[in-house]
Formats: sequence, C-alpha cells, structure tokens
Amino acid sequence: MAWSVLKRLAEIAAVLFVVSVGTFALVDLTPGDPAITVLGEGHTAEEYAALRDEMGLNDPFLVRYGSWLGSALHGDLGTSLIPPNSDVTERIAAALPVSAEVAVLGLAMALVVSIPLAMWSAYHADGRVDRIVGAGTFGILSVPSFLAGLLIIMVFSNQLGWFPRAEWVRLGESLGDNLHHAFLPALTIALAETAMFTRILRGDLITTLQEDFILAARAKGMSPVRVLFSDALRPSSFSLITLLGISLGRLIGSTVIVEYLFALPGMGTLIIGSADKGDFPMVQGAVLVVALIYVLANALIDLSYGYLDPRIRRAHV
Amino acid sequence: MSDIVELPDPAGSGPRPAGDARRPATRHLSLPGLGLAVPGIALAALAPAVLPAPGWVVFLAFAAGLALAYAGLARLGRGVFGGSFDLMFWLCLAWLVVVVLAAILAPVLPLGEYRDIAKTIDAPAMAPPSLFSEHPLGTNNFGLDLLARIIHGARASLLVSIGAVAIGMVVGGGIGILAGYFRRLTDTVTGVFTNSLLAVPPLILLIALGTVLEPNLRNIAIALSLLALPSMIRMARASTLTFAQREFVLAAKAMGASRWRVMGRELLPNVLLPLASYGMVIVSVLIVAEASLSFLGLGIQPPDPSWGNMIAEGEGNAFQDYPHIVLVPGVTLFLTVFAFNLIGEKARKRWDPRQAKL
Amino acid sequence: MSQRHHTSGHHTSGHHTSGHRAPDAGRAPLLVVDDLRTEIHTPRGDMKAVDGVSLTLDAGETLGIVGESGSGKSVLGRTIMGLYTTGSTMTVSGRVLVDGADVHALTAAARRELWGTGVGMVFQDPMTALNPVKKIGLHLTESLRGHGGLSRAAARARAEELLRLVGIPEPARRLDQYPHELSGGMRQRVVIAMALANSPKLLIADEPTTALDVTVQKQILDLLGRLQDELGMAIILVSHNLQVVAGRADRVAVMYAGRIVELAAADALFAAPRHPYTEALLASVPRLHHPPHSRLEAIGGAPPDMVAPPPGCRFAPRCRYAREDCRQASPVLGPEPGPGGGPENGPGNGREAARVSGSEPGGEGARVFACHHPVRPVTAGGS
Repeated sequence: MAWSVLKRLAEIAAVLFVVSVGTFALVDLTPGDPAITVLGEGHTAEEYAALRDEMGLNDPFLVRYGSWLGSALHGDLGTSLIPPNSDVTERIAAALPVSAEVAVLGLAMALVVSIPLAMWSAYHADGRVDRIVGAGTFGILSVPSFLAGLLIIMVFSNQLGWFPRAEWVRLGESLGDNLHHAFLPALTIALAETAMFTRILRGDLITTLQEDFILAARAKGMSPVRVLFSDALRPSSFSLITLLGISLGRLIGSTVIVEYLFALPGMGTLIIGSADKGDFPMVQGAVLVVALIYVLANALIDLSYGYLDPRIRRAHV
Repeated sequence: MSDIVELPDPAGSGPRPAGDARRPATRHLSLPGLGLAVPGIALAALAPAVLPAPGWVVFLAFAAGLALAYAGLARLGRGVFGGSFDLMFWLCLAWLVVVVLAAILAPVLPLGEYRDIAKTIDAPAMAPPSLFSEHPLGTNNFGLDLLARIIHGARASLLVSIGAVAIGMVVGGGIGILAGYFRRLTDTVTGVFTNSLLAVPPLILLIALGTVLEPNLRNIAIALSLLALPSMIRMARASTLTFAQREFVLAAKAMGASRWRVMGRELLPNVLLPLASYGMVIVSVLIVAEASLSFLGLGIQPPDPSWGNMIAEGEGNAFQDYPHIVLVPGVTLFLTVFAFNLIGEKARKRWDPRQAKL
Repeated sequence: MSQRHHTSGHHTSGHHTSGHRAPDAGRAPLLVVDDLRTEIHTPRGDMKAVDGVSLTLDAGETLGIVGESGSGKSVLGRTIMGLYTTGSTMTVSGRVLVDGADVHALTAAARRELWGTGVGMVFQDPMTALNPVKKIGLHLTESLRGHGGLSRAAARARAEELLRLVGIPEPARRLDQYPHELSGGMRQRVVIAMALANSPKLLIADEPTTALDVTVQKQILDLLGRLQDELGMAIILVSHNLQVVAGRADRVAVMYAGRIVELAAADALFAAPRHPYTEALLASVPRLHHPPHSRLEAIGGAPPDMVAPPPGCRFAPRCRYAREDCRQASPVLGPEPGPGGGPENGPGNGREAARVSGSEPGGEGARVFACHHPVRPVTAGGS
C-alpha cells in the first residue's frame, strides 16, 4: 500500500514538473514583447530594455524558471502585467471558489438526475422510456456546451426572465441569491454530464443486473427498489467514479465556457481575459492551479477505488 | 418486476435504430411508408414558405412534417432494403457527404459574399432565412450571406479538425511505435510526456496555446492535434507491444530486417487501423473544440467565418431579435457533430479497436 | 430446535409416502406444475426453453431434475420460482401452484412475499451469487428484516444461527467478512443459508455443486440432505450430473429439449431406464464396477435448436433406436403402454401423465416416459 502510494506520488510530481515547465515556457513562445504589454506602445527602446531587465527577462531560462518555481512553491505566483497589477495568487483565490461552486453544483445536478434515469432505463431496458432516454442523451451529447448555454440563456433568462444573467452574488452574501445566480450556469454544465453519466451507468447497470447475485437478491424477496440501490448501484458505482475522472477534463472545459457566457468571475473568465490581453503571469498561474487540481482530483479518484471496493482494499492492505 | 433476465442486451447502449430488427421485414410496409413520407416532406418544406401563421405554429408544422417524413422513410427503407435498414445512419452519412462536398466545392459554388463587408453594403442586414430568396439562410448584421459563411466555415472547421487528426496520427503513431518497440527509457519518457499532456484539461490547454500562437488555421490544427496526441500515442504503443511479439515480426527480425524496417513495414500497417478508427471518432470532438475556441474569440478570427465565431455573433441581444444568427450555424454544428458521433459509434461497435488487438 | 425439526422431518416424509399411496385422501401436493411453458424472445425468434412440463412435489420430498446444459432445466427452476415470468423478454404459460397459490398470477409484492417465506433458491456459482461489495451479514439480515420484521440485533443473531446451521465455523466473525474472503464451499454454504433464512417449504437448488471442487461437492450435498431432514422442506435438485442426484432424490425427472422425457422413482430409473436418452446419460457416467479403461459412451450430436425444434421426437436425431415414426409424431409422456394402448391414446401433452405419476403408487408403476420405442427393461441396466 505504502509503496504504491509513493509510486503514484512520484508520478504526480513528475507530471506536475513537466506541466510547470510547459506553462512557464509559454512566455518564451509568446510572440509579443511583455515589456510592450506592460508599458504600452510609444516608449523608447531604453525604457523597454530597462523594464525587461527589471522583470528578469534577460536571464537564462533555467534561472527564471527556478525563481518562478521557488516563489510559486511559497504560494507567490507573481503579479499581473495589466494595471492594476494585482497579485496573481489573490486573484486566483478569489476566482477559484466561484468556479468550484458552479462545477460542483452542475456535477451534483447531473448525478441526481442521471442515477434514477439510468436505473429506470436499465431496469426497463429496451422499453419506451429507455429508447427515449437513449436518443435524448445521444442528442444532448452532440450539443456543444456553449451552444447549450446560449439556448438556455435565451429561454430562461431572456424569454421567461426567471433567472438573471451576467451578475454574480457571492456565496457569503446571500445563499438564496447565490443559488439563483448559479442555477443556469450549473444547469448548462449538468446537461452534457447528465447525458454522459446516464449512458455509461445504464450500460453498466444492465451488465450488473444480469449477475447471479441480482437474481439471488430477488429470490430472497427483496423489492426492486432495494435490489437496484443496494445490489446493483454499488458495484456499478466504480464505473461512475472512473467516469467522474474521465469527465473532469470536460467538466473544467464547460465550466470555463459557462463562466464566459454568464460573465461569472471565475477561473475561466480570468484565464480567457488574461489570455486575450497577453497577461502571461496570470495565465501561467491559473493554468498551473487548474492542472494541479485536475491531477490531484484524478489521483484521489484512483485511491478512492481502494476504499469502495472491498476486493481491492484487501489487496492493498 | 419481470424484466430482468440474463439475456444479453442485443443493442448495447447505442442509439436505437428507429426500426426494431427483431421483427422480420415485410414488403407491404413500403406503401404506407411512401404514404407517410410524401405528405411529411411536403409539410416540412411548405410550412416555412407558405403557412401564414405565427412562428411557433410554423415550427410545429415543420417539426411534425419532419417526424412524419422520417417515420415514412424509415418504413420505406425497411420495406425496400430489409428489416435492418437504419435510416438514421444513412441520413447522417448523407449529411456528412453534403457538408464535405460543399466545403470542397465552396470556391466554385454560386454563393453569396462570405467575408468582404465592403461588397455587402447594399445587401440587407439580419435578413431572416427564406428558402427561395437570394439569401436562403439569411444574412448577418453586415449583410454577409449565412449560407456562404456556413460553407466556408465548414471548410475551416473540417480542414482544421482533419488536419489535427492527421498530425496526431503521424506524430502520435510514430512516438507510440518507438515507445512500444524500444521500451525502457523511451517508454518512460513518453509516458511522462503523455501524462503531462493529459494533466491539463483540454480546453485550458487550447486557451493557453491561444495566448502564444498566432490564430491561423495551421496553428489551430497543431494546437488541436495536442488533444488527440495522448490517446494516439497510447493506442499505437499498446498495439506495438502486442504485435512486436507476433510470429511475423519475429520472422522478419530473424531474416535480418533492420529495426526501422520492422517498425515501418511490419508494425506500422497493423497499428494504423486502430489509429484510423479512433481518428474517425475524435474528429467530432475536435470540431467542437475548434468551435468552442472560435466562440471564445481565440480561434478563427472574424471576418473569416467559423461555426464557432458565427454563433458568437448572436451573443447578447442579437440572438433574441434575430434567432437565425445563432440557429443557422448552431443547427449545422449540431447536425455535423451528431452525424460524426452516430457513425463513429456504429463504426466503434463494428470494428472495436480492442478487438483489433486479438 | 434441531431435535424438533428432526422429528417433524420424519413425520413429513412419512406423510409423503402415504400421500403417494393415496393422493385423493391426503392433502394436496406442495407444488403442482401444470403444462408449464417458457418462451424466451430472442432476435432469432421465440425459444421454447420449457415446453409443456407437468409435475408434482409433496412436502419433504426431493425431486431431481437432470439434463444436458441447454435442456431447459435451469429455466424450469426459475420459472417454477417465478423469477422468470411473462414480460418483455419472455412469455410464460401454464400454472405453478405452491401451496395452492398460483405463482404467476400473484402480484409482484405477493410473489416477493412468497420468495421470502415459501420458496428459496440456491444458485449454481457462489462466486457470482453473492454481491462482492456486501458483507455476508447483510446478505442474510436484509431478507430477515424485510420479511420477518426482525430488529437489527435479532436479525444478526438469527443470521449467526443460520451460518452455524449450514456448518460454517466462527459464524459471528464471518458476518463481517466479504464474500471474497471465504472459500468456494463456504460461500455456497452462505448461499444456502440465504435461501433458508425465512424457512421456506420448498428449496430449488439449481446446480448447487457444479462450480465446486469434487471434495466440497459431497459436503454441500450432504448438508442439503441434513437440512432437509432437520427442516422438513421439499427440494428440487437440478443438475446435469446424474451422480449428484443419485441417492439423494426420491424421484428423478430427465429433461431433454424443454420437456420431461422420463420421470420415475430414482431407484427404478437408475436400475432400468426406459427412455433411450436416460440410458445414454447413464452410459456416459463412469462406474466403479466397469473394468478399467472401458470406454465411456458420449452422446453424439448436440441438443436441438429450441427456436425451431425438429418435428417428431426431439431426441430422434441422436437416438440409436430411432425409426421413421419417431421423426413424424412426437411421443407423449405416459406410463408403459399396455397391449393395444399406449401413447397414441393420450392427447397432446403431459397433463395426464403428471396425474398418473402422482396417483400411481411409488416404485416401478409411477414411471412415465415419452418414447415410441422404449428401451427394453431386460436389456437395459447393464449397458
């Protein structure tokens, strides 16, 4: 157990190292001159050169990377190039909760809808509901999230006026208002996830429902609901967790798009806005944080198998 | 209660074809099929053109016509071609053929102006779609013809996505074969590299690259190919590992073939098949990725059309007042992705790459 | 408690013998299966997995059902139980009466009640019949709490008692273990304990030893026999293996292609099979009294396709005695044809035969079989 965890940690460290080098190298690949980005056009060559020197841009790559990584490890990701030159770490700390809330809310909505839907579909496989769900989820998967978001805004926000668009109330200020504002973004995220979860879970449940232990549970006289939840869902939940890991990348992607669509002050808006303006310290920091979260979440999912499946748990102990 | 039995699910989790193959085909289905299809098509075609009714009535009539036509054609097809005829599959294939042909032939088709605003000063702006007019799918707020923009957008979209798949196949296949053949250090380094690529969420990776690269077709294709690369490498590596132990490879080695010859002549042809089938599947993912990037303003830049940046034109109030600005490219994008997904799913079921490794 | 059950077991088996002698005077049999048919819908067409089976079973009696894989014996067991019933994937017709209640006419809830308390089932493979992510204790207590309405503590105590009953050492510790932590034999004991949880009157054991080691097989079969004596329940023992059934079943039904081809008291059936298929099955079993290296006779050919079974006798294509009439008319399950009488008298199903088997006194006379040209009792037996 200890050995496998250590090995996994070494892998994570190696991957994070490569990612950090990659994100840092972005600057060197950037076509524009950061000094121009900061000062704007119309300054003398000396002024630009002085600034470049001050920013350390003339040092060798490894030196610059070392000092950046050193401060990053202390939680200092530098300052933004764009006025008001705010602290990158602070901006990320402010943006992260917004993204996390919307993503988690969307995920929760997807799970709440997809689990019963998949159960019904699998239990009545090939029935009318199953066919409709099958076709519906397949169709939804072909709708890109930005298109779905636009349509949702169009209907619920513009036409019906039930939900606001382009404002955000922090969780601390008012829970009700916060949820009211987070609903449509979460719904947009949940759409594709729901479709994906339902399809995978349905297929998995159909396999599980053919197992002898399902028949045995029925032969004991357990009710269908009990059989589904107690006997079928738990073995199937492993694939749901795998799926969670796979869909995490898409989830982050759709969160970025949803934030952009609904103008939420989250990581996505931060990254896109900074990318637009060439504010590379901000992009570097944000990408690094997102990658860190992504890698750690995946590792956590890997480890969680051991705790859910008694067979693996035993093998590890 | 009684529905659970230990029978294998015959159709898997894919989309159900409209017809159930269980029942044998019967020829007499063709006539009612024709009877349904003809009025259906007529209704769908005429509703938007002539029906003097409010928008939603027209829409409902249009949808009903389509449904009727679909049901009729499905029966007709089953009657003529047998019970396993899958109309949806053929419709999707037909759509893709139309899109690809239009994209290829765009320069010679008699289309309206698609990018030069100066030429459309006289054209109506935000004209709604009208099938038999000069602008069948309407115009945008500069008076540019939407049909022309859609077709030129398809050109960009397909070029970028298929180019990315090609780059991914060549580079990923090459790296994968090397890693699988040489093992040891090459394999480890490749593993860390692929894991690192996978460690950044796809869209974030694209956006990060968007800050760096000039947004032209070539660079976008390169950026997109990075999404396809990790899976391509893994797949090529896995296939190489399997095939490298097979007799024909050992025989080639025993006859004194060089390692490059073994890789090029013996392994590559076997690795190519799973890569190609995966490439088919991932095209739709890349089309969506390109559209998302262009929608965010980081991909193809206006006035050059792309489905993504066309949809972005409808952001804000334009969508509410002129829904066609979003719906025309949106529906096109949806249909194309849907068609790719459906055909990919069917292909995957038939030629599962996992079976290719037997 | 075990003492009491022991006596009641004796009482019941005594009753069943007398029941055989005088059915009209005694009480109704525990199980009546009447012209049961199970058609499974497949993409190729309807598969007649069970095609007109009739039989009866008295309380405390053991009936062996024997046949090749694919003969429909497992489907028959599950249809009797009501696990398989008319739905989108299959159609069931005919009747199954357990204690007078028509299993397939019950509501889903009433059927679940019956499964909990009236009928239990033991499955073939204990690896798959236990849910890998649930502890042994939960497997046992959930039905105890559901049907018996026991409290958590009482259910646990009863579960422990059940594990002890099926011969599992350290039952209290086992309750907190997962299925994969037990050996195959222990797992099958758990599956049996699960089936016994609410003291069913009928236990359907579907190939209970097929997945187990030979040494463990005997233990499990002995356990079933002991439990039957102690608890006085009736058992349907389904197996493809004649040896499993021999010496443990009171009567044996041989199934072929969805139908019973021969049904008789176990001793009589093994001593002198009348149906060629039974004879062939017996001939394919190694015997101790055979000389070493004597050839075992395999049955040539394969069972028929049950989507489109052949006309006439279904065994005819593989039968060494088959003649022209076998391929024309399907033989009817019935007793030994008298001179001039015989299968031709009976209308087309085994309903009558079942009554015959139930009403005739035990022994040679209760035998029924479906064959135009049965094996001569004189020539049989030695094979």
